[in-house]
Amino acid sequence: MATILFDGVAYGMLMFILACGLAVTLGLMNFVNLAHGAFAMAGGYVTVTLMDRWGVPFLACLPAAFVASAALGLVLERTLYRHLYGRDHLEQVLFSIGLVFIAVATTDYFMGSSQRNITLPSWLQGRREILGVSVGLYRSFLIVVCGALALGLQLGLTRTRFGSRLRAAVDDARVARGLGIPVGLVFAATFAVGSGLAGLGGALGVELLGLDPYFPMKFLIYFLIVVAVGGTSGIMGPFLAALLLGIADVAGKYYLSSALGGFVIYLVLIVVLVLRPHGLFARAR
Amino acid sequence: MSVTASFSRRARWRLPEIVFWLLAFAALLLPPGKHLLLNEIAILALFALSLDLILGYAGIISLGHAAFFGTGAYAAGLFCKLVTPDPHTGLAVAIVVAAALGAATSLLVLRGSDLTRLMVTLAVALVLHEVANALPLWTGGADGLQGMTVGPLLGHFDFDLYGRTAYAYSLVTLFVLFLLARRIVHSPFGLSLMAIRRNPLRASALGVPNRSRLIAVYTLSAAYAGAAGALLAQTTAYVSLEVLDFQRSADVLLALIIGGTGWLYGGLAGAIAFKVLQDVLSASAPQFWMFWMGLFLVVLALVGRERLGQGVRGLLAKVMP
Repeated sequence: MATILFDGVAYGMLMFILACGLAVTLGLMNFVNLAHGAFAMAGGYVTVTLMDRWGVPFLACLPAAFVASAALGLVLERTLYRHLYGRDHLEQVLFSIGLVFIAVATTDYFMGSSQRNITLPSWLQGRREILGVSVGLYRSFLIVVCGALALGLQLGLTRTRFGSRLRAAVDDARVARGLGIPVGLVFAATFAVGSGLAGLGGALGVELLGLDPYFPMKFLIYFLIVVAVGGTSGIMGPFLAALLLGIADVAGKYYLSSALGGFVIYLVLIVVLVLRPHGLFARAR
Repeated sequence: MSVTASFSRRARWRLPEIVFWLLAFAALLLPPGKHLLLNEIAILALFALSLDLILGYAGIISLGHAAFFGTGAYAAGLFCKLVTPDPHTGLAVAIVVAAALGAATSLLVLRGSDLTRLMVTLAVALVLHEVANALPLWTGGADGLQGMTVGPLLGHFDFDLYGRTAYAYSLVTLFVLFLLARRIVHSPFGLSLMAIRRNPLRASALGVPNRSRLIAVYTLSAAYAGAAGALLAQTTAYVSLEVLDFQRSADVLLALIIGGTGWLYGGLAGAIAFKVLQDVLSASAPQFWMFWMGLFLVVLALVGRERLGQGVRGLLAKVMP
């Protein structure tokens, strides 16, 4: 029981890191970016390539994955995404599905369609007995890293000048611009950080989620669930939603059969959306 | 000119429309070889037509329209295996089952904004995918539903290997359902849907019962999608989990977008373009097709669907309403 809870929390934390960028673009900036998973996949493939081909240690790959995905996000934001901010949702959907297709096809072409794995360093493998609970070392590592990141994000969003500028730009872009806030740059930087975090999540997730060219489509719904259930009130909503999702998914797959457990989370999503269309933890707008 | 006259003018048959359908039926006489592809085109066209009813006319975005397609396919498949191999009753049953599902889920879909709709439709399709996967006794799970023996059409024409009967069957079904859809969108009901899409608030101020109209069209669209799914199941005598894939929902959206939303021939033209391009491009490598499709979507979104559409559509709308 405690082990399932622990695994669920680790899984949820990972989901949070993967999806928090989307929480900002979709939740705060109201841009339907279905291609978010492509940035996570980019981070994953950077890690796999660095480790397999050049033998770079795992820990050094993580920042590399972050930087690579953030750079990719920044370039795409400046060249493509920013033209679509004010458009209707259907066009944003078409655009981002298009990006997903391109990402899947390109990855398939260059990296092959097979499932990729990494070998974790030995100090992250195996399980330990802590207070009578069998705990996976890698999952503890995930909880520590992702927990620290979540805390940092929350503080960054609420306590720093950049955070207040971002919130201002999201709430009312015109007034923010009038006050001299460089809205375009703030959005670009936010987008880059969100993509970078997705890349980092992709790198951390290779071990748990697997990695193949269809990654952006497979996990799309998970990211959307985190945002939809979490609501748009900031970082804490999606964080709690991600934990909930992680625990529900792991427990559902453990207690029911793995096939039946798969759709528990979708049912939860539908119920939440129907009862609270703005998310479980939404603030009144 | 009175309003009634102008609307009935819009609903009149034009020459190019008649030519289009004559050509479609004339394709039956082609030498064998292309009918399998033509059959796929007709099925996709019907599926795109069903999406057009909700997206183009009522303005409901769906990312999970495959839910109804798949439901129709499995309903037809199971009905054929368990009850009777007669394709016509199978088709009717599939339509009814899919429509029932559409009516049930319409209550979920009509709540909330675009974004909620996107996610609810997507989630409904995913739930069905998981259910189909979790019931291998019924659906065959990942192996697909095998062992269907579909009876002869009208009691006479067997489904052959070259797909001519299949194409005839799909085309006639498409044509009949198209006539019905054409009648519906030009009726006051169809006009009220367009009013709701343009401005829901104003439409309800004019006395249009928005909610029940949207439920009705969503159910109708689900029935159409179910018919398309049933056609696929019966003409290929096989149903796999792919009928419920996200990819299928995305494909039909793309086909409809290529042809243009909000006019009935959009789905048909899009299906033709989509399948022919797919046939040509994926001949060399399947990734190619996906890449070009993605690039097309990105460019389309950047240029603006409206702006790109206006040129082509302005030209076509003159000849086909």
